[in-house]
Amino acid sequence: MKHTLKKTETEKGQKQMNDVFLQFVSKVVFFIVIMFSFNLFFAGHYTPGGGFVGGLLAASALILLLIAYDKKTLQKMLPIDFRMVLTVGLLFAAGIPTLSFLFGTPFFTHQHTYIEVPVFGEIALHSAVLFDIGVFLTVAATSLFIIVLVGEAEN
Amino acid sequence: MTLIHLAIILPVLAAVVVRIIYKYYRRLHLGWFVLPVPLIIVIYLMTFIPRVSNNEVVYETMHFMPRIGMNFDVYIDGLGLLFAILISGIGALVVLYSIGYLSREEHLGNFYVYLLIFMTAMLGVVLNDNVIMLYLFWELTSISSFLLIAFWHTRERSLYGAQKSMLITMFGGFMMLGGFLLLQNITGTASIRGMLESVALIQESPLTPFAIVLILLGAFTKSAQFPFYVWLPDAMEAPTPVSAYLHSATMVKAGIYLVARLTPLFAFSETWVWIILLGGLITMTWASFNAISKDDLKAVLAFSTVSQLGLIMSLLGLGALSVLTGANEAHFSVAVVAAVFHLINHATFKGALFMLTGIVDHEAGTRSLRKLGGLLTVMPISFTLTVITALSMAGLPPFNGFLSKELFLEAMIDVREADFGSLASVSFIFPLLAIVGSIFTFVYSILLIYGVFFGKRTYDTPKEPHEAPALMLISPIFLSVLVLLFGFFPNILSGTIIDPAAMSIMASDTPLGTHLYMWHGFNNPALWATVAVVIIGALLFYFKDKWTFIYDYHKERFTLNHLYDQGLIYSRLGSHKVTDSYMSGFLRSYLAYIFLFFIIMGALTFLNTGIQLDFSNLAPVGIQEIIVAIIILVSLAVILATKSRLVSIIMLGAIGFAMSLFFVFFRSADLALTQLAIETVTTALFLVCFYHLPKRSRHEERVRFKMTNFLIAVGVGVMAILLGLSAYSNRLFDSISQFHIDNVYELAAGGNMVNVILVDFRGFDTLFETLVFGIAGVGIYGLMKLRLNRKDEQDETHAKKD
Repeated sequence: MKHTLKKTETEKGQKQMNDVFLQFVSKVVFFIVIMFSFNLFFAGHYTPGGGFVGGLLAASALILLLIAYDKKTLQKMLPIDFRMVLTVGLLFAAGIPTLSFLFGTPFFTHQHTYIEVPVFGEIALHSAVLFDIGVFLTVAATSLFIIVLVGEAEN
Repeated sequence: MTLIHLAIILPVLAAVVVRIIYKYYRRLHLGWFVLPVPLIIVIYLMTFIPRVSNNEVVYETMHFMPRIGMNFDVYIDGLGLLFAILISGIGALVVLYSIGYLSREEHLGNFYVYLLIFMTAMLGVVLNDNVIMLYLFWELTSISSFLLIAFWHTRERSLYGAQKSMLITMFGGFMMLGGFLLLQNITGTASIRGMLESVALIQESPLTPFAIVLILLGAFTKSAQFPFYVWLPDAMEAPTPVSAYLHSATMVKAGIYLVARLTPLFAFSETWVWIILLGGLITMTWASFNAISKDDLKAVLAFSTVSQLGLIMSLLGLGALSVLTGANEAHFSVAVVAAVFHLINHATFKGALFMLTGIVDHEAGTRSLRKLGGLLTVMPISFTLTVITALSMAGLPPFNGFLSKELFLEAMIDVREADFGSLASVSFIFPLLAIVGSIFTFVYSILLIYGVFFGKRTYDTPKEPHEAPALMLISPIFLSVLVLLFGFFPNILSGTIIDPAAMSIMASDTPLGTHLYMWHGFNNPALWATVAVVIIGALLFYFKDKWTFIYDYHKERFTLNHLYDQGLIYSRLGSHKVTDSYMSGFLRSYLAYIFLFFIIMGALTFLNTGIQLDFSNLAPVGIQEIIVAIIILVSLAVILATKSRLVSIIMLGAIGFAMSLFFVFFRSADLALTQLAIETVTTALFLVCFYHLPKRSRHEERVRFKMTNFLIAVGVGVMAILLGLSAYSNRLFDSISQFHIDNVYELAAGGNMVNVILVDFRGFDTLFETLVFGIAGVGIYGLMKLRLNRKDEQDETHAKKD
């Protein structure tokens, strides 16, 4: 991606892009964005947020790294196969609704309960969260997947 | 969820485990891990026999989508149980056989996973009460059959056969779905048992003939009946265990199952009876006639399977005919009993014959009848088994094939007594076709034994033939023993399995008390028919060289295969032509189509209903909204004016971010957040794609091009505004938000309504969107990788040229 910008915009002028600033900032901002995305994801059930937004934000945090560095560095920082993440995401999204058969209820009936945890007090457990994890992973992985692929094809 | 449901799903669950085992443990042949699955199922199903033979039925339901009547209703009666036992029983034998047949160098993981998927699909078809679920499993059998035929996917013939089978059976399946939907429409239920209760509705409905034809298309394509049988001979490219299992013993009988299952529904209809009866008889005769001319052993067996399926089909038709003409009840039960009995017999002898063919192929390296011969001395066990099973197929005593074949002939001869009305003069055609078909069956059965085991040793087989290892012989020996057992003691079957199955086909509760025996006395015309078949068949076989020249008149150009190939070529050409006429390859053209359609549909709606706008309820426009609107307009103006793509992309992003401000103003935080995230990601995507975009062409500069785009853009804008305003002005329904507000905590234990809608209330939408998203990602991956690979290849070829 950096490569793209270089090639198109800076073809004639300077040969080197000075992006120390961007690289440094992105390292910090990445964590802020990714934490925000997790926050949005978990907050989703009671306040604005959810799997889709969370996934997109997680993807955009990674895209920030991708813009600041390049694909190889990103792979070194996060040695994750996005195809695997996509598979796991789809598995969660399609598998969790199926699990409701185990409870003897129709497809896609969510189960929820409340448990008492010593420090945190009452906590809600909801199978919708698991489904949303599937959405989160699929959305994040696919967006990133597409952008990395298209960026890769430039050569 | 009950044990029965678990038994149906067990193979698929096992498939996951099997795949993992295959990845980490290769020392033992994978088949040994698969074998317990069908064994457990068949033993479990056997425990139902006492209950079912006492006229009990087992009915268990699992709610899937109860609101729309789509449940996983398992229903075990005689017919379903018979098929289920066949599927799991033959499945166990085939898995055992495949351990010897497939070497460990093959992709065993794939093979057994496909096979297990098939098992679940097939059990799901025969034990289901819900037609829609039945359809789903039905298509799953087609898919797994496709994968299994294409198992050796590097061979061109395998791919051709797999494609052919999938095109034909899926076409039929889809038609069948149409038939089911019609039925559901008529009776108001998706349950087969529910439909049985409203037969009167079906009889009155004018839609019934369509439903019958559509459902029969499904049954005929699946069971390879004339003229759809062409896929079955090509499906023989599959590994032999697959041919034995799918393409002779189980899957191709799904059509027969369907016809049998729906006989009580449709037996009153002439369309139903005549299509099945004549279709079956023609298939039987035509396929057995064609089997003789084939050189490939498996091709002979394929045509033989087609012919035997036709025989069973015609028997079911005969059963229904007796209902139609109100003939003697006894004929009806004889025909149905014969159909059920022959179905079992066919599974035993044909399964064994396929396995034996596989053995010959495995040990001699060829299946060509011309190259084989004189193997009697080297393969004595295989020879004995082949004689038993082939003679059973020919309908000779004392094997089980004789019993059911005789019942068949008897039923076909007796049918002339039925009241045909005006057709009485041509009723001789039924026994005639039956006997002619039987003669050819006899000839190719003898040919099979003679061609492989007698005659001169040819010595031009690729391998030096020898007797097969014990592992491969166990399954055919077991089946041959069954052939003998059912031949000598047919009554172990009659009370326990045949009668309950026949009774469910006839939908009657009165016990049949069938008693099967070999000797019916000299007065029995069927006996003389058998004698005639044997004599004429023997003569035909002896003078084979004298008359087989007639096959040369059957030119390639007039075959159904040719028709299929041509159809494939021309449909491909035709769709290319149609597609090329509007697919320009430019995204902007496609957008123009979509937008034009939107404008036209909107305009038509407004012309029909008239525009009613009501501005009284609109919110006041505040200063902040005007500012954001101005930002959007300015960005738009910049996009229109600029020549730089980068500026356009950034301005487009600006519009998106401004839009999310609007969402903030209207207090929809979720939408604003999503809009922001989407805008960020798409801007990044645009920047990545940037490099690939072509230079602005002169085409884009033309005034006409610009004017068209301008008009479309204005049209879409105006239409969107009008739609929004008029939808707001005319509230036809109460808002559904109140329901969500009331129930969001009660039913879903959530606080954020938007998200609860997404993951719970309308979770299906999200599920499918997620799937679509994933599929789109994989699709783009495929496209991009293909392009990259092609580029690599081009670079290589260029490098070579240099």
